[in-house]
Amino acid sequence: MIRAEHVSLCYRMTYDRVKSMKEYVVQLLKGKVRYEEFWALKDLSFEVRKGEVLGIVGHNGAGKSTLLKVISGILKPARGSVAVNGVVAPMLELGSGFDFDLTGRENVFLNGAILGFSEQFLKGKYEEIVEFSELGQFIDVPLRNYSSGMVARLAFSVATVVRPDILIVDEVLSVGDADFQEKSKKRMLELMGGGTTVLFVSHSLEQVRAMCDRVLWLEHGEMKMLGEAQRVCDAYQLGEGGE
Amino acid sequence: MKKQGNIVTRLIDAFRRYGYLLRQLVSRDFKSKYKRSVLGVLWSFLNPLLTMLVQYIVFSTLFKSDIPNYPLYLLTGIVCFNFFSESTGMALQSITGNASLITKVYVPKYIYPLSRVLSSGINLLMSLIPLLLVMLLTWTPVRPAILLLPIGLICLVGFCLGIGLILSTMMVFFRDTQFLWGVVSLLWMYATPIFYPETIIPAKFMLIYKCNPLYHIIRFIRIVLIQGVSPEPKAYALCLIASFVPLVVGAAVFKKNQDKFVLNL
Repeated sequence: MIRAEHVSLCYRMTYDRVKSMKEYVVQLLKGKVRYEEFWALKDLSFEVRKGEVLGIVGHNGAGKSTLLKVISGILKPARGSVAVNGVVAPMLELGSGFDFDLTGRENVFLNGAILGFSEQFLKGKYEEIVEFSELGQFIDVPLRNYSSGMVARLAFSVATVVRPDILIVDEVLSVGDADFQEKSKKRMLELMGGGTTVLFVSHSLEQVRAMCDRVLWLEHGEMKMLGEAQRVCDAYQLGEGGE
Repeated sequence: MKKQGNIVTRLIDAFRRYGYLLRQLVSRDFKSKYKRSVLGVLWSFLNPLLTMLVQYIVFSTLFKSDIPNYPLYLLTGIVCFNFFSESTGMALQSITGNASLITKVYVPKYIYPLSRVLSSGINLLMSLIPLLLVMLLTWTPVRPAILLLPIGLICLVGFCLGIGLILSTMMVFFRDTQFLWGVVSLLWMYATPIFYPETIIPAKFMLIYKCNPLYHIIRFIRIVLIQGVSPEPKAYALCLIASFVPLVVGAAVFKKNQDKFVLNL
């Protein structure tokens, strides 16, 4: 389903981000255009089978989100390759395609289109989306008047209306109030039960233990451990305590 | 032959997959443009008309005698150049302005400049209405040649898309592009016969002057509208070249650099 082979990714960081031509020329003349290479991912190889739920754990900056971005096609790996089979639904950040001047209704279609859904599909599922989001009459109000919880609820409803082949989840289960969290968790479990391959990033080991089959532990862009969920989580917790 | 078929099927495939997204983005651009303005869409008609009125008052004494049907001459120039400056200006910001999307969802990146150019294209179509109005008011006969107008307009859109692709790429790496472009497009306006007759250009500069793709496209449109005849075959060729070459160059530049966009946003 997903096969990553020797994936490496390098961010080139300048000390002063050169954003204008004048600056660039000045820096160049001074011989000051220096780059620092930062390898966010180093030689990762792994495979995820269909229907598997793979958890990814690691400290902040370990490369978890970068890895998800590579798999969903946003970033191109500097070396190595990723082969993905099927439709990917990235939930890297909910509602990233929302326009706050448009109404909830217009945003459902805009965001749905960005996630790659067709017009007929969205029209058919529209009622379901609105119902799941519990927004009711607010759906025709511009988004700038929404509370952040309402925006998140709408975003989650749009993103999970489809049953994708591969679902990429980056810390999105902490959306909305307790009731909605329960509901969204149920929806996730439903998707996972339906043969969807899931990549799941969370800092909550509890969630990871409960939901994942296997876990990948990243540290400074390198694979520290890959294996059965409980074993890796135990080791990760131990390692965390030891540091 | 095989390769060509490939491109065509790929284009159709891409359109089926992303056509809806494109429509959504175009309608968003259009909706948010006139959001909270009282006259709203009416500005698409009013803007070219008012610009024409101002320039007509200012320049009519200078150039009127040289140009038959000066109001129509002026308005075609204004409508074309307005589209050029609006679409390129919007395409310029299309990648940097959608940074939050580009770093989070995978969508082919050319969608963004394309949607901006197309939404200005809708504006262009609407400004044809005042153009027709002025045609009727100046008693310009509407001849069948007007059916050739779409050729000129498509060439114009293609040209602007090509420039827009180059600009949006440049903008990612050098944010100065937006200020530079303000100056360049002003220069470009004076280098294009919008409010003056081309006869005022000295003969020795004519060769350089004719390197301007906009010159050929606007000339084509004017012949079709004002004289009401089909331009000579050479004008078709020049018009197509003026549109096609920038488009291909723009697409190539964009394609070569698009993988580096995310790292520079």
